[in-house]
Amino acid sequence: MLHLILFLFFGAICVAGAINLLVQSHPINSALSLIVVMASLAAEYLLLGAEFVAAVQVIVYAGAIMVLFVITIMLLNAGAEERTKGSRVAILIGIPGVVIGAVLVAWTLIGRSSTTQSVSIGALWGDPKSIARLLFRDFLLPFEVTSVLILIAIMGAVVLASRPKAVARGARKDA
Amino acid sequence: MVPLAYYLLLSGILFVCGVLGFLIKRNIITIFMSIELMLNGVNLSFVAFAAHWHALSGQVFVFFVMVVAAAEAAVGLAIIIAVYRTRETLNVDQVNLLKL
Repeated sequence: MLHLILFLFFGAICVAGAINLLVQSHPINSALSLIVVMASLAAEYLLLGAEFVAAVQVIVYAGAIMVLFVITIMLLNAGAEERTKGSRVAILIGIPGVVIGAVLVAWTLIGRSSTTQSVSIGALWGDPKSIARLLFRDFLLPFEVTSVLILIAIMGAVVLASRPKAVARGARKDA
Repeated sequence: MVPLAYYLLLSGILFVCGVLGFLIKRNIITIFMSIELMLNGVNLSFVAFAAHWHALSGQVFVFFVMVVAAAEAAVGLAIIIAVYRTRETLNVDQVNLLKL
């Protein structure tokens, strides 16, 4: 029962944050509501017994990635976005389509009476030890490949964000 | 006891919010945040299925998704900075030329 209450509480925060992300027109407000979504998702992961994933969610997603976003928003001095009017056909067809799809998916999912064995908060089994055993034994090759991926991403980010050569040369001449 | 379906529904709602944001938002940074929202929705269903079948590999997949999302955020934000430097705008409606 407590699990269900906690799930509904954090799920409601999650959905509210996601909708707020859509409604807000200033990107910094969207970024802050995305942080709320990620933090409450971490609580959901804890309810599912995935304590390592919950910690990584807070540290990597809500910490590192969102800091990148906020820094970019501040660096580019992003203002409120201009709204463009969507086509009426999209609204007329899209909203009923979304409603029908959502009802179908919910009906299919809830119709099957499968319950997860919920894990009590004291007895978590997604602990760092077993994840590390899996990560460094069974998934060692993908793990090593991701390090190459990260290296390429770092180099790509540096190359893309660095100033074009002509501009940099001109700036040096001015200085 | 929380049924698996509830977690999947929450994950679906998050994913649909991400798709909606991707389609209706006009600011390139907000569009990028919508992609992160979609990734989070998928992560939730990964963890829910991992708990359902007592298979820890689902949580390892979430770890890999997070790594890819971090790499994607770094490169994508660098691209956004490059776009802003040449076009002086973040509105995707005005970014309609590949080469200036």
